[in-house]
Amino acid sequence: MKKLISQIYLWILLILLYAPLVFIAIFSFTESKVLGDWAGFSTKLYENLFTGRMQGSASLISAVENTLLIAVVSAAVSMALGTVAAIGIHNLSGRKRRALTFLNNIPMINPDVITGVSLFLLFIFLHFSQGYLTVILSHISFGTPYVVLSVLPKLQQMNPNIYEAALDLGATPAQALRKVLVPQLRPGMISGFILAFTMSLDDFAVTFFTRGTIGLETLSTYIYADARKGGLTPELRPLMTLIFLMILVLLLVINLRQSRLQKANE
Amino acid sequence: MKRSHWSIPYAVFLAIFVALPLVLIMVYALQDGQGHFTLANITRFFSDSDALGTFAVSLEIAIENTLICILLGYPAAWILANRELNRSAVTIVLFILPMWINALMRTLATAELFNILGVQLGKGTLLFGMVYDYLPFMIYPIYNVLVKMDKSYQEAAQDLGATPWKVFWKITVPLSMPGVTSGVLMVFMPTVSTFAISEFLTNNKIKLFGTIIQENINASMWNYGAALAFFMLIIIGVTTMFNGNNKEAEGALI
Amino acid sequence: MAGDRIIDLQHVSKRFGDKTVLEDINLYIRKGEFITLLGPSGCGKTTTLRLIAGFLAPDEGEILLDGKDISAIPPYKRPFNTVFQRYALFPHLDVYDNIAFGLKLQKVPTDEIDRRVRRVLKMVSMTDYEERDVDSLSGGQQQRVAIARALVNQPKILLLDEPLAALDLKMRKDMQIELKEMHRELGITFIYVTHDQEEALTLSDTIVVMNEGKIQQIGTPTDIYNEPVNSFVADFIGESNILNATMVRDRLVSFIGHDFPCVDEGFGEGVPVDVVVRPEDIYFTTNPARCQFRAKVNSCTFKGVHYEMYVDTDNGFELMIQDYDPYEVGSEVMLYIEPDDIQVMHKERTCNTFEGKMVDATHVELLGGTFECLPQEGLSAGDAVTAEVDFDKVDLLDHQEEGVLAGEVHFLLYKGDHYHLTILTEDGDHLWVDTDDIWDKGDLVGVDIAPKDLKITRRNEA
Repeated sequence: MKKLISQIYLWILLILLYAPLVFIAIFSFTESKVLGDWAGFSTKLYENLFTGRMQGSASLISAVENTLLIAVVSAAVSMALGTVAAIGIHNLSGRKRRALTFLNNIPMINPDVITGVSLFLLFIFLHFSQGYLTVILSHISFGTPYVVLSVLPKLQQMNPNIYEAALDLGATPAQALRKVLVPQLRPGMISGFILAFTMSLDDFAVTFFTRGTIGLETLSTYIYADARKGGLTPELRPLMTLIFLMILVLLLVINLRQSRLQKANE
Repeated sequence: MKRSHWSIPYAVFLAIFVALPLVLIMVYALQDGQGHFTLANITRFFSDSDALGTFAVSLEIAIENTLICILLGYPAAWILANRELNRSAVTIVLFILPMWINALMRTLATAELFNILGVQLGKGTLLFGMVYDYLPFMIYPIYNVLVKMDKSYQEAAQDLGATPWKVFWKITVPLSMPGVTSGVLMVFMPTVSTFAISEFLTNNKIKLFGTIIQENINASMWNYGAALAFFMLIIIGVTTMFNGNNKEAEGALI
Repeated sequence: MAGDRIIDLQHVSKRFGDKTVLEDINLYIRKGEFITLLGPSGCGKTTTLRLIAGFLAPDEGEILLDGKDISAIPPYKRPFNTVFQRYALFPHLDVYDNIAFGLKLQKVPTDEIDRRVRRVLKMVSMTDYEERDVDSLSGGQQQRVAIARALVNQPKILLLDEPLAALDLKMRKDMQIELKEMHRELGITFIYVTHDQEEALTLSDTIVVMNEGKIQQIGTPTDIYNEPVNSFVADFIGESNILNATMVRDRLVSFIGHDFPCVDEGFGEGVPVDVVVRPEDIYFTTNPARCQFRAKVNSCTFKGVHYEMYVDTDNGFELMIQDYDPYEVGSEVMLYIEPDDIQVMHKERTCNTFEGKMVDATHVELLGGTFECLPQEGLSAGDAVTAEVDFDKVDLLDHQEEGVLAGEVHFLLYKGDHYHLTILTEDGDHLWVDTDDIWDKGDLVGVDIAPKDLKITRRNEA
């Protein structure tokens, strides 16, 4: 009985959570310009999306490209920077460690508007012209803390002597890092990369404030501008649906792999 | 070379990209357009009834949103973490999934849905949209803490005579607080400071604090905008200190 | 006698999925005794404790408290308290509140709570620790608080789940003495679970030895030590020499190539048996008239209280001997064993016996694998058969793929001149093997049997 109520509760919540997305998905299969009008089943919007012949503005594709580019670059740099930083922090103690940890956590606690405004002022102050570089730097600044937070626990679980063992056997610090530390830390690095990547994809406010006036659009800023103009570019519907499905599949795969690994270890 | 020195590059990076920008907010807040020190921006804020009103509204919505998220999210997290009531890993994934989809996309979808259903955009839809956006961020950390909790605490409490109801309120809830705190942190302040969401979901009828910060910056009123941001920073600082050094709250995230 | 029993488990069984964790357990516990459930990990002792505590319900059987069935009563209504293995002290409450937790739930008046908490803190020597945070305490201190938290509720029975497992040796020994003192003072029933046989021997009035979900033996510490009923108990408790033997006739048993007078009767004549001799019960002599067998000393190690020596007997068996005096390595010695010190036990089995099915005239299916056998007359495919294989005719291979079956070495018993292994197959069946090779517990093996060594007979399905 308890189980039934629980399941119903969960399903109600899930229906509410997914209703808008399902709604968009349904209407991605019709050609009407206005969302909500059903103009018969059609996959034209999907075609448009892939061939680039848009009913709305053509910059949607370039916005998507920008979004991916920025996400990949910033997450990769975050992963490298964050891993090295985590190793350093792990070997610190006392006040220095607390100070670095505190600074590291700030981008995660700060609302994105504050981060965006503060970085905006930074680039003004440094006389940096705003564009791709500033956006990427900004994404690195809020992505790296997630990498640090993912790698640190792996460092704590790791046998502290393996680095010394590598040096003892003749490796230089760089070799020890590559051959011994990185393999141990890889799971943390990968989940950190994924987190940083997702944070970048998802970001709106920081990009909004640091992209300058060269017309750089990411998916978020594109949607924002689009919605303000009143209409919703129809091709956004299949795009959103595809993103939704891709993430769903990705998460399911990751989760199934994890639970299969756990079962194998039992 | 000491491995602790490996933290130096990041320390420099943090100094430039985290510490310095925050200092700049404070600096700009306390300057006028010509770079002279002044408290005018701050006094302006406190005498601007519009700004104060917006702040109050933002706080109100944030508190309501957070409370609703806790009320709806805690039971959900509890059910998901309870192996007797939920064995499906897929259900858990479904609850986490929305966090990974672009927030703007989700908000827009919600706004459009309201349009079609003919619901008037206003405070109700704003609150709904906020809960809709932030609920997964409340569920996930609470779920994480509950699922990692040592079952022997509940057993010990039962052993000492506590009924399941008492076990929940006297043991499970207090020990899950780090997760709740994590969730609140991820929901409360962001609610106060978002701007896109309130634009979409209220047709700009209700302004939130984040909106006026953005408007000011966009209109090149950097000093006043910075002052507003500075004000928010102070509140964040206060609430974080209130929380103390919550290592468990961080653990709840990952 | 029946009124004496506080807990009675009758035909209790418990399964987790398709794994049987407890099989037909019958056990009664007397009021006021200190009884220990002893066995290796996985034997079911903790499951039994949790069944009594109420965290698990039995699949079959009844659990009686003072004659009444309590299987359906939830743990918070049973008059027992548990000391958990990792203490389970509530981290958000201080020491005082942890201990008072149960009393507050019972709505005991505040001044009485105070009195009882302080009294129990004194009993565990933790006075003045009332306001301390539990994570600031050492392991031993947390242990005492956990005990205090359980005892303050004045339970009828105190359940202890390997409470000393996480402490270091010295602390463990000190706590054992304190627990025994507490039991004496309080007079209530203690049910204790451990895998440490020394601990069980020290603490208990009664020991229940368990293995693989079944009770092996119940008795006092001296009974269990001196008169183990089978080789598992003999091997688990104390050091022992366990050997294959033949009961020549009543009071005469033959092993290591010699006949020894003993005190056991009723096993029959010429019957294969197992024999246990404790290392401290083999004596050296310089008198040839007393000498029963000779040996050469292989090693001699000082152990603090005694010397531990390994000797090779005149017939090629290795024995362990403990003595207060050392004997030089390489020296020839004369040894004897008193009849009282030889414990004769029934063999649980004399060869492997399996149920199987013929696949065709020369193949039989057993234990989940297909083995080649000699052509069987009168048997055709599908017939149910019984297959017997001697222990020393099972081949163990280094790689699982090389054998017909895959398995894992589950248990090793040294029998003086060979090892008697228990192999657990992939399908969960047991197989016993005699071998001279040295294997380790947990080694993965392939299993094969030469066709001529499979003795197959038709099985009549009733």
